[in-house]
Amino acid sequence: MKTFNKVFTVVVLLFLYVPMIVLGAASLNAGTDPAVWKGLTLFNYGELFRDGVLLPLLLNSVIVAVISSMLATILGTMASLGIHAMGPRMKRTVMGVTNIPLTNPEIVTGVSMALLFAFIGTLLKISNVLGFVTLLIAHITFNLPYVILSVTPKLSQMDPDLREAALDLGCTSGQAFFKVVIHEIMPGIISGALMSFTMSLDDFVISYFVYGPNFVTLPVEIYNYTKKPLQPKIYALFTLMFLVILLMMVLMNLLEARDDRRQSLARRALAGRRERAAE
Amino acid sequence: MKKIFAALCCLGLSAGLLPFSALAAQPTINVYNWGQYISDGSDGCIDVNAEFTARTGIKVNYMTYDSNESLYTKLKTGGSTYDIIIPSDYMIARLISEGMLEKLDFDKIPNYKYVDDAYKNTAYDPDNAYSVPYTWGTVGVIYNSRYVDEADIGSWDLLWNSKYSGKILMFDNPRDSFAIAEEYLGLGVNTENTDDLRAAAYKLIEQKPLVQSYVMDQIYDKMERGEAWIAPYYAGDYLQMAEVNPDLKFYLPSEGFNLFIDAVCIPKGCQNKEAAEAYINFLCDPEISGQNLDYLGYSTPISEAKQYMSPETAESEIAYPSKEVLARGASYINLSSATSQEMDSLWLQVKTQGGVDNYAIWCMAVLAAGMAVYFLVRGVKRKRRIANRCQKWKDGT
Repeated sequence: MKTFNKVFTVVVLLFLYVPMIVLGAASLNAGTDPAVWKGLTLFNYGELFRDGVLLPLLLNSVIVAVISSMLATILGTMASLGIHAMGPRMKRTVMGVTNIPLTNPEIVTGVSMALLFAFIGTLLKISNVLGFVTLLIAHITFNLPYVILSVTPKLSQMDPDLREAALDLGCTSGQAFFKVVIHEIMPGIISGALMSFTMSLDDFVISYFVYGPNFVTLPVEIYNYTKKPLQPKIYALFTLMFLVILLMMVLMNLLEARDDRRQSLARRALAGRRERAAE
Repeated sequence: MKKIFAALCCLGLSAGLLPFSALAAQPTINVYNWGQYISDGSDGCIDVNAEFTARTGIKVNYMTYDSNESLYTKLKTGGSTYDIIIPSDYMIARLISEGMLEKLDFDKIPNYKYVDDAYKNTAYDPDNAYSVPYTWGTVGVIYNSRYVDEADIGSWDLLWNSKYSGKILMFDNPRDSFAIAEEYLGLGVNTENTDDLRAAAYKLIEQKPLVQSYVMDQIYDKMERGEAWIAPYYAGDYLQMAEVNPDLKFYLPSEGFNLFIDAVCIPKGCQNKEAAEAYINFLCDPEISGQNLDYLGYSTPISEAKQYMSPETAESEIAYPSKEVLARGASYINLSSATSQEMDSLWLQVKTQGGVDNYAIWCMAVLAAGMAVYFLVRGVKRKRRIANRCQKWKDGT
């Protein structure tokens, strides 16, 4: 059974990562055909960085991802605080409502958002309503649940006495939040922000419906590349994007591990102090 | 932690300011075109949009779509306006009939005089009021001369030749596939007769066992590598494939073939018609058209432009067939929505007819159902066992 487990794990990992490995190999291939290996080269990466079309689009994607994940993190954290303060039944209902957008098919979200924006556009008599702002709003919308999902558990793990102690020692409730609570839930906030950054960077379906002529993101543009075969520099671009996201995920896990370790140390120290006090 | 957060904030803010700094009072037009359908300055070719901005001071917001149908949806949904679109012939007819295009002011487009007469007064825009041709091309058969017998070529018949079973590719869209079957049967590409459509669908079903796969741009890889030997596709794309694999040859079938024209139009709701007309005029400049289409590989409707192209492209029999050959070509016109729906549902029948796909799906479904039943039964058994044990424990044994 043990060997079977090992083999199965390897098979699953292969299943997950072989496409990425093939992509990476294709980006390092000297020929244009991904099925024929013609030698190792970094030529495609050079081409990519000389490219005047893809890089500005990548910059657009990154801009949307950064701003939308930041705003979603702020809004999501505020929402989590509110949800945390609710009674258990209300809490369950609200969590259910915020989780629906996660399971809702992206295409439904995309189409309904496009309709909403077009409707608002006609109401306000703006003919070109689709653009950077609508894209940003859509991205914030689908990022919010991820932030709420990662911050709320941190709030429930937090020792409620900490905030009360801060209030007893003279903090206003705002100070108590910024000096005490935010430090306790920071790992959740960061992992929520990273998660929404990655979701927003590679989103295609929703962006496709809400983008406008003056602001196009990378995945949307690549989808329309049907008139000519894909150039190998696009493989290089995807490989780099994959590596960046991988790096962010590793970072996220490291941060979480560090946080766990610190908490267990703190708990042990506290227990030690209590024992000494008891003596 | 605080520092990291602050750093992230700063980064976000500075990145956020970037797109706004680019906003100036400069006049701007929104151009909506097929993906990769303009020379963008790669491989040392001309950058058409940058050149236009340099000459006129008008900024170009460039956006792309992947098919005529997605262009149509985007226009219908609303929420954004475009000044320039470049749809194909039948879509232009549809847009005209639905009143979605602006009439052009040809006084503002003096370069229209360079466009050859052959591309004026077309079926889709009989009065030349709404569109100016951008490119044109033909759909023919590409074959690998190393494997395909020269005696078999010349007709659409090659796509139904069982000798090459499993080596044939076919279009993955209803309009082009039906057109081939209709040409082969001599029905004409614009037939709206239900029986004709049925007959074409049967012909396609008959062909299905011979077809390796239904593809669009994967045709490049498969044909260049010799994985498939026969495929119908656009002449402009063939020229690019032949550069990679010189064994590939092309012919226009004797029964007739599709001749398509993609033309520049101004949709209703355009914000800056004068600038849009300046852009159309710029595209018709023989020098620009020549350099642009030299990069694209499609044919130019402007004979004057050929002197600015590489001689191989300009003199190619495939890009510019003789008048006698072109007379066999037929362009698509807009089908009524009832016919399009009929065609779509027949196409679905063709695609789902028999074949491995269905079989595999059934296997998966049975497997999944089996697993579900297994886990259900196991779960029930386990619950019963636990209940038994509890009962025994309560009884005190």
